[in-house]
Amino acid sequence: MAEPMKIRATLQGDVADVRILMLHPMETGARRDSKGDIVPQHFIQNVAVTHNGKTVLDAQWSQAVSRNPFLGLRVKGAKAGDKIGVTWVDNKGDKRTDEAPVSAS
Amino acid sequence: MRAIACRFALAAAAAVVCGLPWATALSQGKPDDPLAVGRQMLAEDNPGELWIERGRTLFYQRRGPKNVSLEQCDFGAGLGKLEGATTGLPRYFPDTDRVQDLESRLLTCMVELQGFKREDLVKTAVSPAGSSGSDVESLAIYITSRSNGMKMNVSLGHQKEFDMYKAGEYLFYRRSGQTDFACVQCHGEANKRIRLQDLVHMTDKKGVQEVTSTWPAYRGAHFVVRTMQWRLSDCFWQMRLPELNYASDVSIALTTYLHYQGNGAVIKVPGFKR
Repeated sequence: MAEPMKIRATLQGDVADVRILMLHPMETGARRDSKGDIVPQHFIQNVAVTHNGKTVLDAQWSQAVSRNPFLGLRVKGAKAGDKIGVTWVDNKGDKRTDEAPVSAS
Repeated sequence: MRAIACRFALAAAAAVVCGLPWATALSQGKPDDPLAVGRQMLAEDNPGELWIERGRTLFYQRRGPKNVSLEQCDFGAGLGKLEGATTGLPRYFPDTDRVQDLESRLLTCMVELQGFKREDLVKTAVSPAGSSGSDVESLAIYITSRSNGMKMNVSLGHQKEFDMYKAGEYLFYRRSGQTDFACVQCHGEANKRIRLQDLVHMTDKKGVQEVTSTWPAYRGAHFVVRTMQWRLSDCFWQMRLPELNYASDVSIALTTYLHYQGNGAVIKVPGFKR
């Protein structure tokens, strides 16, 4: 189920501009399907971003985040070639980890 | 670490998370257009990219009852050659003796090479609301993405291609159905819109080129990638015309007309539509 993320990290001075696209249904649990049954909650609960293995962001998300979420952040002190890792875990225990190097702009 | 600003933002921990800002596909050129900001962000980080990756996997995977990949499929540029293939579509294919657009050609290959059933493919080609997209949608955007940066160059050299083009032109201008409605009534003038949605001016070279270069596109409100076939069938529904059959000759005729009009447009997928 868990599909790959698209991670783009470009260096701007000593700050890496990190942009992450994730593919996830992010069901709120309030929507009903065509039969009128409630579509069960299914959303990303935890997102962790690492810079060379060190956690720089640890976020708890709710169902208020849109489907196929986009996450943008800036990481200070990054150098070209550094590794940016992203892991998400959803409320069904599904998880996905992807990694991308920081590219010089 | 510092959070970046974005519209419709929702703070979570130290970063900013956002849903996709609503943006109309067109209405460009205004210098302080706030929508342009959102459009720029979407162009840089278009979720359609995720479908391109998925399409790439599907393309090279051995699939279907015959367990083969699509590498032996000819999209008009030669067997298995994808670079620039969609710039010449729709075109005439001698093996099927038909003019085919990208999606009808894709169906042919999935049926002939991989052994899928055409009925099953057609049923699921346009993914239902709430799903995460169909195989055909992913494959279509992947194949088109391999022509990125190249110019549309549809030829009408074959008689059947010319006939298709003429049929498409006729359909584009002909008023039909219970509302006596023609494509040109919405798409024949500049600055027309339905509520807030700008309508593309397709009798204008620049307008029609925008169409030919940006499909398949990520459709924000659907959260999936949509194709030209979907766009046309949705237009037919909006015009209260009979349902447009997937990959039918009517759809291919209209695509041939629009793509030929848009020749010279530089392909840039994934597009983004509101």
